[in-house]
Amino acid sequence: MLSPGEASAVWLTIELAAVTTLCLLVLGTPIAWWLAHSRSLLRRPIAALVALPLILPPTVLGFYLLLLLGPNGAIGRAMLRIGMSTLPFTFPGLVVASTLYSLPFVVQPLHTAFEGVGARPLEVAATLGAGPWDRFFTVALPLARPGFVTGAMLGFAHTVGEFGVVLMIGGNIPGKTRVLSVALYDHVEALEYSDAHRLAAGLLLFSFLVLLGLYSFRVKASPV
Amino acid sequence: MRAISWLLAGFAFLSFSASARAAETQVAVAANFAGPMQVLAEKFAKKTGHHAVIVSGATGKLSAQIQNGAPFEVFLSADMTTPQKLEEQGLAVRGSRFTYARGRLVLYGPRPDLGQNGEATLKAGEFAHLAIANPKLAPYGAAALSVLVKLGLKAALEPKLVIGENISQTMQFVESGNAELGFVALSQVQVPGKPQSGSFWLVPSSLYDPIRQDAALLLHGEHNQAARALLDYLKTDEAKAVIVSYGYELEQKPKTNAPSAKH
Repeated sequence: MLSPGEASAVWLTIELAAVTTLCLLVLGTPIAWWLAHSRSLLRRPIAALVALPLILPPTVLGFYLLLLLGPNGAIGRAMLRIGMSTLPFTFPGLVVASTLYSLPFVVQPLHTAFEGVGARPLEVAATLGAGPWDRFFTVALPLARPGFVTGAMLGFAHTVGEFGVVLMIGGNIPGKTRVLSVALYDHVEALEYSDAHRLAAGLLLFSFLVLLGLYSFRVKASPV
Repeated sequence: MRAISWLLAGFAFLSFSASARAAETQVAVAANFAGPMQVLAEKFAKKTGHHAVIVSGATGKLSAQIQNGAPFEVFLSADMTTPQKLEEQGLAVRGSRFTYARGRLVLYGPRPDLGQNGEATLKAGEFAHLAIANPKLAPYGAAALSVLVKLGLKAALEPKLVIGENISQTMQFVESGNAELGFVALSQVQVPGKPQSGSFWLVPSSLYDPIRQDAALLLHGEHNQAARALLDYLKTDEAKAVIVSYGYELEQKPKTNAPSAKH
């Protein structure tokens, strides 16, 4: 049903979304924890910074990343100096861009979940002799589980649905950076509507199922 | 609240009075010609008072938009087949097509030695990324691919290809330094008044089919005098001088199916 090119776009998209979700959880958890517990003056500016991709046009992020990560940009130059290649037009480049772009979709559910856990359970655990890491992993994490599920699903789905940033820094390379949304755009522009329909319908169904799963999960999780 | 409504009324009046004085025309322009078209539109406005609104993109993309009812009135394509197809579909006015420019493909990059070593550089393959425009949508992208095929380098260089949505994005990939080389239009590299950076290899015309860029009057513009005036203006010596200054060549002999020029 799918051409080899489209099948590779599907796999690439799943791979990108999976790796990105992993990065988002690893990066998002400490940020959300800090936002939930810090009394620092920097808390609000950092929260605003993390939330920026919610309202920022993807083209803004794509533009800055292209310049910063390119060989003439600060980050790109530094990477070349330590013997690495630059990120635009590569899979790791897409992971970096997607992680930034989907950050609020993971940090905000986690932030809410950590706040919901509150100080009480942690204090109780502390009086029972649990150290800070122990308290985090055995008390806070299990209690914040709904936040992790929501964040991971939203992060994954949002990365699948990403388009603008990928178009700007991906370079549309088959098998490397041509993800589903870009492949679909290509089909539409070339008037290959039957191919476009296949991909579009698949993405529509996928997005619906993710949200359906999310809502079903929330109903199950919330009465606790 | 009251002040805002007065302001809105003022704007509405201004835009109405402007449109009453001079006609406006919506022009779809292949990305390679966007630069010169900007200059031409200014000169055209000075001469005729008409205003040309420019939308640029890949030829294939613009054509898809036209087929889906985009309100463009004039189409400046980067090839001859697309306007021809639009005419066959009844979307372009019969007999309005003519060649406004012949484009040249160049291999461009920031390095200084491409002029002499363009082909050798491609063959050596010592670069990470070579940018081309999407061959499905952009005639310059199709030409670039044909060059790689003719040089026997397609298989070797395919993994290094970075594909721009149109020739402007392709140029931007190179200008931002993210791709070391790119096949772009000569008109993007040889911009009058802009200092040249890097170097380019003028690809021999034996390596790709001629890029004959045709213009057409679209159905939406059939009764718009500004649209017709713009097409006529493109045939004037003033317009031709601008077109040539961007490195385009002009069509030598007049086409048989071109309408007789009225000047």
